[in-house]
Amino acid sequence: MKFFLLFLLSVKISLCATAQNSVALQLPSGFSAQVVAQNQGRVRHIAIAPNGTLFLKLERLRNGFGIVSLRDLNQDGIYEDSLLFGNFIGTGIAVKNRFLYASSNNAIFRYALDANFQPIHPKNPDRIVYGLIDKGQHASKSITLDNTGNIYVNIGAPSNICQVEDRKAGSPGRMPCPILDSAGGIWQFSASELNQTYAHGIRYATGLRNVVGLDWNNEVNDLYVTVHGRDLLFQHFPQLYDAKAGAELPAETFYRLKKGQDAGWPYVYWDQFKKKKILSPEFGGDGIKEGAPQAIEPLMGFPGHLAPNALLFYTGVQFPKRYLNGAFIAFHGSWNRSPEFQEGFCVVFMPMKNGIPTGEWEIFADGFSGKEKIMSPREAQHRPCGLTQAPDGSLLVSDDVRGWVWKISYPLK
Amino acid sequence: MREIPVTLLLLCFSFSPYCQGNTTPNSIEGAKLYHQYCMSCHQADGGGVPQMTPPLVSTNYVTGDKKRLITILLNGLNEPIVINDEVYYNPMASFGYLTDRQIAAVLTYIRKSFGNQSTSVSTQEVSKIRKQLANKN
Ligand code: HEC
Repeated sequence: MKFFLLFLLSVKISLCATAQNSVALQLPSGFSAQVVAQNQGRVRHIAIAPNGTLFLKLERLRNGFGIVSLRDLNQDGIYEDSLLFGNFIGTGIAVKNRFLYASSNNAIFRYALDANFQPIHPKNPDRIVYGLIDKGQHASKSITLDNTGNIYVNIGAPSNICQVEDRKAGSPGRMPCPILDSAGGIWQFSASELNQTYAHGIRYATGLRNVVGLDWNNEVNDLYVTVHGRDLLFQHFPQLYDAKAGAELPAETFYRLKKGQDAGWPYVYWDQFKKKKILSPEFGGDGIKEGAPQAIEPLMGFPGHLAPNALLFYTGVQFPKRYLNGAFIAFHGSWNRSPEFQEGFCVVFMPMKNGIPTGEWEIFADGFSGKEKIMSPREAQHRPCGLTQAPDGSLLVSDDVRGWVWKISYPLK
Repeated sequence: MREIPVTLLLLCFSFSPYCQGNTTPNSIEGAKLYHQYCMSCHQADGGGVPQMTPPLVSTNYVTGDKKRLITILLNGLNEPIVINDEVYYNPMASFGYLTDRQIAAVLTYIRKSFGNQSTSVSTQEVSKIRKQLANKN
């Protein structure tokens, strides 16, 4: 008997040893995390069906496919059954009313799902939208849907700050910025009409450099987005911004968007310390002058360059009550805070009520990078990129370095 | 324990000769230029940023043909580039505003750093290619 116990113990230990290459997440007390999928590729956004089937959108093809459907058929909590389909790379994915929506870097497709939430025609999706700008830079097309038949897609500006020559020191800003006609904003399309182009959609909101996280808030029926702010303030304007200011500025921002609004890119950026819209130096700014009075202000400004890649409003009952209707934001982590350390490989929570933050944001899940100090983002073992809420109210987080998915739960005891 | 590699790395930048085993003024100048003009994108270790900025480590663009390398710096580069099966999407603006000497110094530096072991680039080589490119336009 003793031997048997010892044997069991050693099996347990060796299992732990294989799981050792995992990273330990730091979570608020009472929460726990489990790795429910591993090595799935460059997993960008994720979406889950009411029966628990999980869909992953890949940024790089796996065996020629860019979408993974994962199921936990033996119900042990780990996804083991996978189906690969969709021959395009991309970021956006969403499930709504028995349809799966997925974006490439220039189009949006729709798959009808069967009773088990599997694609009926995995090889022949409907093409809903095509011809969106894809110039490599900021090309990912994040998507979300409202409850009245519309789909919203981010079209990132293929530019840092709309200079005559992109990312070149000394090159002036273009006034007015012509990029905004077809990018640098959110476009709204019908979620059910086929083969729409720019001409069929409307520019729902503009002045948004590159939105990667977006979600429809069902509590107040509005679109919310997280924006990646500009790069290179310190490198291009050392006389105005020192290295520390360049690492902290401008804020990464969180906006509530109504139709027709303008968030001010490229003319202004949000300074989270001054809480002001500061004129971009490419457009005559000096770090102090304000600009773009017509532009809206964000609900929140985060430290610079942390790359908020996913946004999710929590609507479950599993987590403690203060989480209800609050926002989770997955930060991908920075690359451009050097010579400072890179930061932000974490998931943040912001308490909210009636669509408005009720307090400061806080780090919810941390430790994905597996390292305390990161000089270059390549050192991070995992980078959070997508979020979805499981039917049981737990939170799933995806990683686009090694293709892991964590399930974060609040087990009631 | 974790801090050590980073500290070493910083040392490399502050006192590059200690890490390079090479004390010609060129390599100090090159390290300074790298720090100022290239590091934000290509990173302190020359490893680049996934999906965005290509590495300067183990790539033929850096260690290979000098004319191609000098041309990239003078003209910039704006087409997706594939290095070791990875695609990098961001553009790089031209560094033509640096002097020939500065370009030679920074290119010599990247050809001999991050584990690269390639030959130097001279000021004359940069001048020659700058002239050739100017004649083409
Ligand atoms: C603003 C960001 C940025 C800065 C600053 C920058 N680069 Fe680049 N570099 C890039 C990007 C992005 C590419 C790929 C461009 C493409 O594919 O079109 C690249 C490509 C290259 C390449 C060819 C590909 C490779 O990886 O070997 C070399 C060589 C290079 N850069 C050297 C330098 C040097 C030297 C400096 C400093 C003088 C520098 N770069 C500064 C972003 C930058």
